[in-house]
Amino acid sequence: MTAPADVTAALQSKFPAATLRPSGDHPALNLPVAEARAALKYLRDEFAYDFLVDVTAIDNGVDVTPRFTVVWHVYSTSHHGYVRLAADCANDEAPVAPTVSDLWATANWHERETYDLFGIKFENHPDLRRILMWDGYPYHPLRKDFPLAGIQTPLPDLEVADLTKASVKPAPMMGGPFVASPGEINLTDAEPRAKDESWTERREKPASE
Amino acid sequence: MVSANNELAYNTKIEGDIVVTRADAVINWLRSSSVWPMPMGLACCAIELMGVAASRFDIARFGAEVFRFSPRQADCMIVAGTVTYKMAPHVRRIYDQMAEPKWVIAMGACASSGGMYRSYATLQGVDQIVPVDVYISGCPPRPEALLDALIKLQSKIKKEPSAKQLLASA
Repeated sequence: MTAPADVTAALQSKFPAATLRPSGDHPALNLPVAEARAALKYLRDEFAYDFLVDVTAIDNGVDVTPRFTVVWHVYSTSHHGYVRLAADCANDEAPVAPTVSDLWATANWHERETYDLFGIKFENHPDLRRILMWDGYPYHPLRKDFPLAGIQTPLPDLEVADLTKASVKPAPMMGGPFVASPGEINLTDAEPRAKDESWTERREKPASE
Repeated sequence: MVSANNELAYNTKIEGDIVVTRADAVINWLRSSSVWPMPMGLACCAIELMGVAASRFDIARFGAEVFRFSPRQADCMIVAGTVTYKMAPHVRRIYDQMAEPKWVIAMGACASSGGMYRSYATLQGVDQIVPVDVYISGCPPRPEALLDALIKLQSKIKKEPSAKQLLASA
């Protein structure tokens, strides 16, 4: 199968609700979440986009509607083109998206990860469990309202939690998060460190002027 | 006529087939000379741990070459790497399954303090769930640092009141 001359035009004629998505690299389209699965199947079957590179999501912000956007990247191993599809989830409180795990087996774990970290439920997924955090963890850590340091919760194993009196605690940020400095500077300066070292857990952050 | 004893070492001709010593000295000598490690390799520190066991650094020189993947047969858990909260209960369970006496080495920044992982997923120091005997700094530590930690652990074992503990537990 050959590369389509204009895959976006073909998709837009088949799915009139699809709109162009600003993109710096590959063809990208926004489309309604209800049509995402059909569009991906169409890309796979008609245009040989046979490889699902990634399923991920975006949290646009706590107060933004629509809050969650699911993003799919597909690639063709025969004509070597990429396409990006994005769909806004209708419900901000309990976001739902269609599964593509029956179209690409790799989507199974990608969707579990997206469910784990963003809390987006993939309808008809065969085994939608958390994949990184443990079963029963109450939060979705990549959501914008989840702090990087974490939130206090019990350890996954209550017996060990009782024995050790340990729990999941917010990590000490000490003015972090810690990032390495890029560029041609000496290695000591490039070490990961807090960008704002004016405050720590013990010393309050100074009020901004 | 009594002559001074000029013998500096044990001499069977003088003392017969008897060695006089303290129980602690013998027990601790046995324990410290054959520490069987339990390699709790969780991240990149485990690669250095393998280097320690291999020929160049050769932890066998200190009697600790018998890496046991069963906690029942191990004396010293070497926590080498990042301990996530998901993994932490399993580390504790494996520690609980080790037979007494047992020791723990926290190898590297992550096991000692969470290291660079100041995030929601990482236990900030394995000493929150198991008692640690020796901490090693470094990210990852050099193999020499682990050998140094083992020597420090051996000197710690040699100071333990082992005979008293054994009689108390009997």
